[in-house]
Parts: sequence; structure tokens; C-alpha cells
Amino acid sequence: MKNNRSFLAIPYVVWMALFVVAPIIMVVIYSFTTADFSFTTDNFTRMGTFAVIFTRSFKLAIIATLICLLVGYPLAYAMAREGKEFQRVAMLLIMLPMWVNFLLRTYATMSILENNGILNQLFSAIGLFDFLNNTMGTDIQYFRMIGTQGAVVLGMVYNYLPFMILPIYSVIIKLDQSLLEAARDLGANSLGVFRKVIFPLSLPGILSGVTMVFVPSVSTFAISRLLGGGIQMMLGDLIEQQFLGGAYNPHLGSAIALVMMIIVVVCMWVMNHFGEGEEQAVML
Amino acid sequence: MSKELIRLSDCFMKFDDDVILDHINLYINDKEFLTLLGPSGCGKTTTLRIIGGFLSPTSGDVLFDGVRINDVPPHKRKVNTVFQKYALFPHLNVFENVAFGLRIPRTQTVEQEGKTVSRKVKLPKQEIHDRVMEMLEIVNLKGFEKRSISALSGGQQQRVAIARALVNRPKVLLLDEPLGALDMRLRKDMQQELKRIQQEMGITFIYVTHDQEEALAMSDTVVVMDGGRIQQIGTPEDIYNEPKNAFVADFIGESNIIDGIMRADGVVEIFNRKFQCLDKGFAKDEPVDVVIRPEDVDIVDESQGQLRGTVTAVTFKGVHYDTIVDFYGFKWLIQTTDFCPVDSHIGIKIDPDGIHVLKKSQYSGMFGDYSSYSEEYEEISDADYEPEEESGHEE
Repeated sequence: MKNNRSFLAIPYVVWMALFVVAPIIMVVIYSFTTADFSFTTDNFTRMGTFAVIFTRSFKLAIIATLICLLVGYPLAYAMAREGKEFQRVAMLLIMLPMWVNFLLRTYATMSILENNGILNQLFSAIGLFDFLNNTMGTDIQYFRMIGTQGAVVLGMVYNYLPFMILPIYSVIIKLDQSLLEAARDLGANSLGVFRKVIFPLSLPGILSGVTMVFVPSVSTFAISRLLGGGIQMMLGDLIEQQFLGGAYNPHLGSAIALVMMIIVVVCMWVMNHFGEGEEQAVML
Repeated sequence: MSKELIRLSDCFMKFDDDVILDHINLYINDKEFLTLLGPSGCGKTTTLRIIGGFLSPTSGDVLFDGVRINDVPPHKRKVNTVFQKYALFPHLNVFENVAFGLRIPRTQTVEQEGKTVSRKVKLPKQEIHDRVMEMLEIVNLKGFEKRSISALSGGQQQRVAIARALVNRPKVLLLDEPLGALDMRLRKDMQQELKRIQQEMGITFIYVTHDQEEALAMSDTVVVMDGGRIQQIGTPEDIYNEPKNAFVADFIGESNIIDGIMRADGVVEIFNRKFQCLDKGFAKDEPVDVVIRPEDVDIVDESQGQLRGTVTAVTFKGVHYDTIVDFYGFKWLIQTTDFCPVDSHIGIKIDPDGIHVLKKSQYSGMFGDYSSYSEEYEEISDADYEPEEESGHEE
């Protein structure tokens, strides 16, 4: 048994070594060096300056993840419990936006939310601003949406919601129906069945959903730049600036990337660990 | 036995255009061990699920203690179920699986200052602990409470499932082919165990199985079902000794079922020979089914036999030989301790009490010939039996 099939993994191992392990080593080396590659820890001591961006990134990513969970779980649950027809339609609607290019999607969202975008034009057409200005005595021509944290969160939810729904759906649909019957038989009402059986057994799906939404959210840069209007800068934007932008400093960029990676890994580890302690069924 | 507990009154059940239960009438007494016995698709599991509350009959009433419970959901019935594949909660250990029902707050009505108030009451932790431990002791799983479900053998999981159902002190325990997934030996042990538990706890067991041996060994009452109808209700002895039709005779134990003609009270004609029997009350010259159990046939010298035939196959079974004998083209199974070699010519004698005369029914002519005995036997002893799956039962 042992080792006789492991050669099949060679292509992937080579891939990993070239494009994952090597870059990470480079990131580590860069982050501990100066421009002339002498050792320094300055890159990390300067990290405090970016505290605001760190907090904003994690805050927005956590909010987006929570919204995805609150919206996605009920939908995944309904999909798994409803008929085939509902499942097909819902699945199509979920996947449809994913077939459109990510940047295109985000630009489209932008044009909807802009000051003279579709949404504001709609409000204006139905007379919402006139109504508000007349009754409240204000002078509103449009709602400012681009450049708010809300717009950034909206973009994240829009882009990453499918990654929350699909793993939860696939766990719930595989639930053994007889377990639910057993719970009812033992005296649990619908809420009890959900709380004591369905929810705990869908935790593996929730954990992978949360991971798949949280990680890209916290490191996103396109969404925050387009929908955040350049004023809701997040870690991704900050790192990008260090490599491509005017503030060119790949060493500092590497250090920020490293710190972000460590925080994310710690978050995921704590979450999975907590899951395993609580429920045996949780395995990612 | 004691008083009536459950009654199914004219229960009719249909899925799409398939009739699953065809006007079932059945009552079940308190503290009774009743078995619903029949082949796959006979409606036994549906009957059980109707009693458990997972299905509601298309028409007809389900009564519990005289009260109609058609619309009472499962969690409000004083009935618990042991499911076919146990349905243990994989995220809980043995203790928590058994404690599941006890941890659910119950609605209790209490008198308070002259008014009846209903409120949710939780059992105290200590009581839950004591009851779970007591139950684990009854099913011989003491010391397993911390184990995870996946670390248990099939037989142990079975015991957890029984403990989990019984800890709630139901009035009735429903068991859906609970031993189907166990190997032969374990099954025999668990049969004894279940019977002991049932007597110890003094509650009603309603047991679903396709295994006639299991049914005979455990039950007070056996209900034989086929095609959504009850074919016969009776004690195991009644069912075996006095089957009502060819289906029951064939399904319970082995039977030779031969066409006969009732010539007079106590006289039946088979293969143009008259036999003495104990049955009366048939019309003169009425065509009947004659059931002869393989063990009721005596093999004698060819010249002294009431019938003469040729042995075509012999199988050694330990205690006896299964001997297939050809009588005028119709093959009988005879169980005898005397060895008769293949191709030998023998005679047989049957005592009057070994002959059972049945009215003709829709099952006449379908069973009883042992021409294909070896195939049939393989089917019966097939360990990889597939549990009954009646599609479309989910609500």
C-alpha cells in the first residue's frame, strides 16, 4: 500500500514547490531585508502605521462573511429540502453571476451604485429625492454609495456568496433523513431537530463556507478600490501599492502580506480547532 | 392478554396510484410483542410508520388508548422507534445519543392557584444521568458511554438505538427490521435480548421483519401481511399449524401445497387417493389446497406407502435430511432422519393431523411445488438481503 502510488503526486508537488513554497520563502526573505538585502526587522516595526487598514480589512471581511452566512445558510437549507425543480433553478441563479468575469461584475456593480448610476437615477425617477427634500427640507441630489464601507461589503457578499452556499448545501443534502426522523421520534419539534441535529451536522459545511468567503474577502483589492472609491483602502490595496503603486517597496509589502497570512492562518486554526472540540463530525 | 392499546381502523394508504395498505384493521394489546411479518413491499413498514406518526393514512383512523391520533406529530406520541439502520446521531457520543430524548423539555400541565398552567420542564441533570446509565446497563453497554458512535460494532450500535428509544419510557416501541444488518449469530443473541428487555420493561413491542423464524421465536402475536393486506393474525403456533391460505403456509416454514378435492368431512383426495384428515365443513367435492409440512411425512417401504415416489435430491441438514421426492411430476420436500439415496423408490404415510385443508384463495397454485427448491432455498438463506425500500414515502 505504502508509497506505491505516491509518484502520482509528483506533478502537483513540483507545482507546489515552484509556485507556492518558493514564493512564500521569497516573501519571508523580502520581509526581513532592506532594499540592499541586509537583515532588518524595520518592516515589521512600521506595521503599527497601518493599524487602521488592518482593522478595516478584518472588520469588513468579518461583516461580509456573517452576511453571507445569514443569507446563504437559509437558502442552502431550503435548496436541500425542496424539490428538484427548485434546486435546479436556485443553483442556476447562484452560478449565473460566476460565469461573468469578476472585474466585469464589479464594474457593473459600480455603475449601479455610482452617484449618477442606475440606482440613484431610479430613486430620482420615482421622485424619492424630491419627496425627501420637500418633507425634510434637505437638498439631496443623490445617495453617495460608492466609497462607503457598505458598498465594499456589498461587493464582497455579491462575489463570494456562492462559496458560502455551495458547501453548506452539499452537506445538508447528504444528511441522512432517518436522523431527522429519529430526532422527531425522540420528542424534538422542528426547531429542536434543526438546533440539535441539522445545525451541528452542517457545521463542516459552514466552516468551509466561512473559510472560502473570509480569506478572499480579507485580501481583496479590486472590490475595495472600485467600490470603496479609493478611500476605503484595504490590505490588498496596501500590498498592491508596495509592489506596483507609487509607494514602491516590495520589502514592506512582503512584511504586510506575511503578517496578514499569519493572522488568517491563526483565525482558521482557532475556528477549526473550536469546531473539532465541539462536534466530532467537523472535519474540513 | 390485557387491554387494547392501539387500533388501526380501516386504514387505507395510497401513493400516487399504488395501493400500499388495503383497508387494514388491526388492534394491538398493551404489553404485547406483536410482529408484522411479510415480504418486501407488503406494507409492514408503512403500517409501522403510520403508528410512529411519520405517515398519515389516506383514509381510516389510528387510535391510541381510544383517542384518534392521525394528526398527532411523532414528537407528541408516546411511541419510540428503533430505525432500520439505527439512525444514531454521529455528532454525539453514546451517552448523549441515549440522553437525546431526555434533554428535550417536556410540556407539563400543573395546577397553580386553581388554574391549570402548562409549562416546559427540563429534567434535572442527575436524573438524566441516572436514567441513561440504567438504560445502558439494561442493554449491556455499561462503560461505553464516552465512546463515539463510529467506534461501535453493529451489535453495539443496535443496543444504543434500543436504549435511546427505551430511555423515554414509551408505551410502545416500534422496531423496523432492527436485526437486518447483523450476522446470523448476533441476530439470534439479540432476539433473546429483545425478548428479555420487552418482558423486563413490560411495554408493547411492534416488530417489523421479513424473517419468519425471527417472528415465530419472539412474538406473542404474528400478523402476516402481503400485498397491503393482512393475511392472518394469530399466535406463532396458530400461524404455523393452521395457516389460513397458501401464502401463509408457504411463507411460514416449509410446506408442500397440493391441489385436492374434499370428498366428505374428514376425507380429502390427493392424486386420486383418499386421505384421512381432521378438517370439516367444506362442500362436497370442493376443490381445496392441501398443506403438508415436510416433517409430518413418514417415509415407509414402497409397498406400504399411501403414495409412491422417487427421490430426486437429498441435502444433509445436520439434524435431518431435506429429501425432494417426485410424486407423479409434483415435487415434495420431506424432512426425515432416514437417509434415502437419490433415485430410490419410496412410499410415504401421512397421519390425519399432518394434513391441513385450506379453502382456495388468490394464492392457490402459486406455491408449494419444490421443483425449484435449491433456488428458493438460496433466496431464503441469503445473508445479503436488501431491506425493504418503499420509494416515495418521504412526506
